Amino acid sequence: MNLLGKGKKVLLGNEAIARGALEADIDVATTYPGTPSSEIADTLSAVAVYLKKKNEEVPFYFQYSVNEKVALEFASASANCGLRALTCMKHVGVNVASDALMTYAYVGCTEGHVIVTADDPSCHSSQNEQDNRMYAKFAYLPMLEPSNPQEAKDMTVEAFEISEKLQLPMILRTTTRISHVRGVVELGELKMSRKTGKFEKNGMRVTVPDVARKLHPVLIEKMNEAKKISNKSKFNFIEDFGGDYGIITSGAGYNYAREAVDDLNLKCKILKIGMSYPLPDEKILNFLKNCNKIIVVEELEPFLEEHAKIIAEENGIDVEIYGKGFGELKRYYEYDPDIVYSSLAKFFGIEWKKKEKEINISPRPPVLCPGCPHRATYYAVKQVAPEDTIYPTDIGCYTLGLLPPYKTADFLLCMGSSIGSACGFSYATEQKVVAFIGDSTFYHAGLPALVNGIHHNHDFVAVILDNSTTAMTGHQPHPGNDIDGMGNPAISMNMENVVRGLGVKHVEVVDPRNIEETKEAIKRALEYKGLSVVISKAPCILLKRKMKKERVLYKINQEKCKKCKICIAKFSCPAFYFDNENIKINSALCTGCGVCVQICPFGAIEVEN
Amino acid sequence: MWSLRANLSFRSNRGGKLKKSIVIAGVGGQGVITSANILSKASLREGYKVVASELHGMAQRGGNVECSVRIGEVFSPIIPNESADAIISFEPLEALRNLSKVRRDGIVLTDINPIVPSLISIGIGSYPPLKEIFDKILSHCKLIKINADEIAKKAGSILTKNVVMLGAFHALNIFPLKEKSIIDTIRETFHEEYIDLNIKAFELGKETIKNML
Repeated sequence: MNLLGKGKKVLLGNEAIARGALEADIDVATTYPGTPSSEIADTLSAVAVYLKKKNEEVPFYFQYSVNEKVALEFASASANCGLRALTCMKHVGVNVASDALMTYAYVGCTEGHVIVTADDPSCHSSQNEQDNRMYAKFAYLPMLEPSNPQEAKDMTVEAFEISEKLQLPMILRTTTRISHVRGVVELGELKMSRKTGKFEKNGMRVTVPDVARKLHPVLIEKMNEAKKISNKSKFNFIEDFGGDYGIITSGAGYNYAREAVDDLNLKCKILKIGMSYPLPDEKILNFLKNCNKIIVVEELEPFLEEHAKIIAEENGIDVEIYGKGFGELKRYYEYDPDIVYSSLAKFFGIEWKKKEKEINISPRPPVLCPGCPHRATYYAVKQVAPEDTIYPTDIGCYTLGLLPPYKTADFLLCMGSSIGSACGFSYATEQKVVAFIGDSTFYHAGLPALVNGIHHNHDFVAVILDNSTTAMTGHQPHPGNDIDGMGNPAISMNMENVVRGLGVKHVEVVDPRNIEETKEAIKRALEYKGLSVVISKAPCILLKRKMKKERVLYKINQEKCKKCKICIAKFSCPAFYFDNENIKINSALCTGCGVCVQICPFGAIEVEN
Repeated sequence: MWSLRANLSFRSNRGGKLKKSIVIAGVGGQGVITSANILSKASLREGYKVVASELHGMAQRGGNVECSVRIGEVFSPIIPNESADAIISFEPLEALRNLSKVRRDGIVLTDINPIVPSLISIGIGSYPPLKEIFDKILSHCKLIKINADEIAKKAGSILTKNVVMLGAFHALNIFPLKEKSIIDTIRETFHEEYIDLNIKAFELGKETIKNML
């Protein structure tokens, strides 16, 4: 296994973090998958399965938890029993975990605990682009921020040390361009031992007001210690290329600024911030003193910039500090070399012509896969639901129902918001409401919302798209599966029993690949007064393909085809295409699901012999 | 193709430091990321610093996929506009989409088989005629077209298309890599039963370009 090797390897940023955790001898790792963080946990899951296959002891426990909050709570207990813990999530996952996080900072941990937040500037696969450096400041938790896979690995190891020294969980913050970048990593020594924890009671871990009031000042005092660590940290360093202009930068911004120094031949000093909370105030102060003019290159919020301005102001240093709003440096979207080069050129007074992206090309958005059961569900719902039906949707592949021709997505905030908002829509309007939520998302955050809907007798249809996996993030198991992230047997939830057990009176389970039955079930659910649930159950087609079953191929009988285009324009499976005037099926893409046979009014789609 | 050969044998590096960058582009499922990984690992075998980027997540579902592979004195995983030495594209429209990345004296190596975005199939937007795509590329930089689908089928499976493209790219001599480094990486990348198939695909891709030059 590449990850367990020695010497130098090309690793993905996320793999490097997993490797760092193994070099730090972790005992527990928990997660809820989310792009761009997923590969950290997936790598540890793969290590566990690999070692088990070789009949070797797996030196850590790994879990895909039901959501980020539970993942953090699980690991917080471990880290209070003498076990080193890693918890990984995407940036918005920290929102889910934040209730636990804010008070966990008060309680602290006895053994190292590293919490990874993978942020997503430009929203490559996210609903917002919040800057989670704010969480470090908000919760008073130290934070490290790598710029490349080598740092990602080294900082993970270091983060466990700092966490133990401060007895505080430590945040490691990446962005998409760190997590999903490959680079050469010089590996350290693997330390993989399995330990058992023990909980020592001390009475200070129950955060009743009296205890919390005592813990808060302790936390503030820990931050003073953390600042000393930051001032000495090798991850906050200065590179001197001459001159008296300064660049303060961190994360992905550093890579663009550093390369600009070579490409634009800049004379400057760079202060590279690797420990972004608490900031190394003394190092920054000295840097400000030694520069005439400063530019801050950081993505999203002016986090470093504001701190630097405060330090300059408090110490009466006369230095110009530029950042957000200068050149093309904005508070939104990720940076790239062109944005940073043009802004630095302006700052340094250099002629530099930006090369524009001038070509306007048809977009190629991701689509539901050929054979995806969600397509069949959407097709059936659209056939029977009134035109003005409101479709609150949720987070998963099925959010792609947003695209034409389905347009079965009208409202989305976060995990679980389909059902919570459906409660509100059903009260606010006379329109029909059909909420869509995936199985993993349902267990993650849909359950409490459904309880709310049942208790208040709201009138809407919740369609649970049960494809037996967490598909979009890479097919991680969830509570509906009978196997866990380490490959061990697990107890699987029965979705129908769960929903009935909560008290939903009208529940139907359908296989969406049977279009007529699905249409009938949706019709009955829409007619039902009150909350109804339709569980649309069929496995993700990619899972099915992994099992390599023989597939049936379909073709279009051109003599029967009347070119009504229902298959292309309404069902819209990517396997259909126009060959001049004829509609054909691309046999390389067709998965043989056979749903299209049911939607063709002329019986023109036939099994190919 | 004479002008092409002349340019290929005389490439300069800024400031005397080696820095080579390429974009690999295509559609989800075509093996873009795998081929970027093979190039990255082969480059490390020869001791180069490597920085490569990829986008995951939603891109797996038939969306466009774009990877960069950079070797030498590099920091940024994203290639500045007009500074890639080449684009390797597994689909013509994706070559066009990334065209602004490649230098004016750079090369676009593309497959010629369109995959029509499904939005176009349902009547939103249009797929430009191939000639128009190729003319636009030629107005920007050099262009080399191959029918990689055909070559991959000849090698034994359409699934080897990404390795055909790698073979073709290697023959252009843009990354200073020994063939052995790439072949060895191919060997460690694929399952045993597919190694010979992929090596054949690499050879056929390479030969196709050699016969053109």
